[in-house]
Amino acid sequence: MSSDKLTLKQRYDRWMIKHGRVLVIGIPYLWLMLFFLIPFLIVLKISFATAEYAQPPYSSLFTWIDEGVNITINFGNYLFLLSDSLYISAYINSIRIAAISTVITLLIGYPMAYGIARAQGSLRSVLLMLVILPFWTSFLIRVYAWIGILDREGLINALLLNLGIISEPLIMRQTEFAVYIGIVYTYLPFMILPLYSTLEKMDVSLIEAALDLGCKPWKAFVRVTLPLSMPGILAGSLLVFIPSVGEFVIPELLGGPNTLMIGRTLWNEFFANRDWPIASSVAIAMLVFLVVPIMWFQHIQAKQAENGQ
Amino acid sequence: MSGKRSTFLLTMLVFGFAFLYVPILLVIIYSFNEGKLVTVWSGFSFKWYVSLFSNDGMIDAAWNSLRIGVMSATLALAIGTPAGLVMSRFGRFKSRTLFSGMVAAPLVMPEVITGLSLLLLFVTLEQLVGWPAGRGVTTIVIAHTTFCAAYVAVVVQSRLTGMDTSVEEAAMDLGAKPAKIFFVITLPMILPALMAGWLLSFTLSLDDLVIASFVAGPGSTTLPMKVFSSVRLGVSPEINALATLIILAVTILILISSLLILRSEKMRSRTIDPATIDD
Repeated sequence: MSSDKLTLKQRYDRWMIKHGRVLVIGIPYLWLMLFFLIPFLIVLKISFATAEYAQPPYSSLFTWIDEGVNITINFGNYLFLLSDSLYISAYINSIRIAAISTVITLLIGYPMAYGIARAQGSLRSVLLMLVILPFWTSFLIRVYAWIGILDREGLINALLLNLGIISEPLIMRQTEFAVYIGIVYTYLPFMILPLYSTLEKMDVSLIEAALDLGCKPWKAFVRVTLPLSMPGILAGSLLVFIPSVGEFVIPELLGGPNTLMIGRTLWNEFFANRDWPIASSVAIAMLVFLVVPIMWFQHIQAKQAENGQ
Repeated sequence: MSGKRSTFLLTMLVFGFAFLYVPILLVIIYSFNEGKLVTVWSGFSFKWYVSLFSNDGMIDAAWNSLRIGVMSATLALAIGTPAGLVMSRFGRFKSRTLFSGMVAAPLVMPEVITGLSLLLLFVTLEQLVGWPAGRGVTTIVIAHTTFCAAYVAVVVQSRLTGMDTSVEEAAMDLGAKPAKIFFVITLPMILPALMAGWLLSFTLSLDDLVIASFVAGPGSTTLPMKVFSSVRLGVSPEINALATLIILAVTILILISSLLILRSEKMRSRTIDPATIDD
C-alpha cells in the first residue's frame, strides 16, 4: 500500500492531523476526570459506609462472597445529619452568612467597580492593579491581619480605650460580625473584577441617550446600567457566595465557638472526630445545595466565552 | 457626570481601597515593632525577622511550599493550556458541556470538598493499585495542579478569545500543520497569559491551607499549615515579619511581570501597526 512509502515523519504528521485534536482534548480531560470528577463519586460511595477502627477508617460497601457481590449501604450518616440539629443549623448559618456577606460585598464592590471603569486611562490601570494586588497576597495573611485589629487586645479596642470612647474592650473577634468582615475583605476583588469587566464594556452612549431624553440619573442607573451589568453582578456574586458557604479558615480564625459553618463542621468531623463517612455525607449534602449555583456559574462562564468570540 | 455622583464614587473608592490596604499596612508596620504586643509600639527593630530566620520548622515548611509551588504551577500550565485552547478554539464536540463544567467548577468549589474528595481518591487508589504510596509532596502537587489548571485554562481562554485569529488562519491556508501553528504562532502570542497563569498558580499553591491539610502526609508540612497552627493561638510578631516578606515578594513579582507584559504588548502593537496602515 501507499502508506509503506511514507517516511516516519510523514506518518507522524498524518497521525497528528488525525489524532492531534483528540490528544489536545484528552490530556486535560483525563486529568480532570481522574482528579476532579471521580473523587466526588468516591465521596458519594464513602458517605454510605460505616466508620470503623481500621485503615482506612471506613467499612467497605462491597464484600465478595460465593454467590457474587454483597452490597451494604448505610443511610445512617444522612439520617444522623437530619436528626442532629447541629448540622442543620450549621447549614442554615453558612447559607445565611454567605448570602449576607455577598450582598455587602456587592454594595461595596459595585460603586468601586463603577468608579474604576469611569476613571481615566492610566489611573484606571493603576486602580485595577490595586484591586488585583491583594488577591495575589496570601489569603491566610489577609485573614490574620484582622485578628490583630479586632482582637480584645487589638488595635480598635486600644484606640477606642485610649480615646476614652469606651471603658471596656468591645468583643469583636470571635463573633459573626468578624466573619462578615473577613469574607467581605478577602472576597472583594472577586466581586470587583467581573463587575468591572461588564461595566467597562458598557456603551456609555446608552446612558447619555437616556439622560438626554429626560430620564433622571438614578432612574437611568436602575433602568439602563443595572440591567446591562447583570452578568457581572451574577458572576461576582456567585464567585463570592459559593466558596464562602464552605469557608473554613475565616470562621475558624475570626469566628467564635458558636459561629457554626458547614466547612468548619466537615473539617472537625474529619480531623478531630476522624469520622470519614460522616465528613463525606456532610460534603455531599453541601454539594447537593451548591450544585445549582455552581451550574449557574458555569453557564455564565460558557456564555461569556461564546459572546467573546 | 453629575458632581454629586462623582463625589459618591470617589468616597466609595477611597473607603474601599482603605479597607483593602489598611490591614495589610498595619501588619507591615507592626512587624518592625520591638515588643511582643501588637497594640503598643515599643520601638523599631528587626528582631522578629531574625527570629523568623532561625525558626527551622518555618524554613523547612517554606522550602516545601516553594518546591510544591514550582512543580504545581508548571504541571498546571501543561494541563491548563490545552484546556484553554480547547475551550476557545475547538468549537463544539461531544461532551463539551462536561469538559467546560470540569474546567469552571474547581474555581468556585469550596476547598474542604476538594480536599476531602482528593484525599479519598488517593486512599482508594492506594488500596487498588498501590499508588500513591502514602501521602506527601506528590499528592499535594497533584491536588494543587488540579485547581490551578482551572485558573490557567480561564486565563489562556480569555487571552485567546480576545485575540485576532487572522495570522493563525493565514498559516493554516498556507498549509502549516496545527501543531506547528500552535508552537510557532499561538504560543508566542499567548506567552504573557502563560506567564500570568504560571505566577497565579504558583501563588495559589503557595497560599493553600485547606486542600494541602487534607492530602499532606508526615514530613510535607507546608508554610500555610505552619502559619495556621501558630496563628490559631493569636497574633505573633514572627508571622507579621513573614507576612511582610511575602507581601514584598508578591508586590515585586507583580510589578516586574506587569511591566514585562506592558512592554511586550507595546512591542507587538508597534510591529503590527505598519501592517494595518498598509491595508
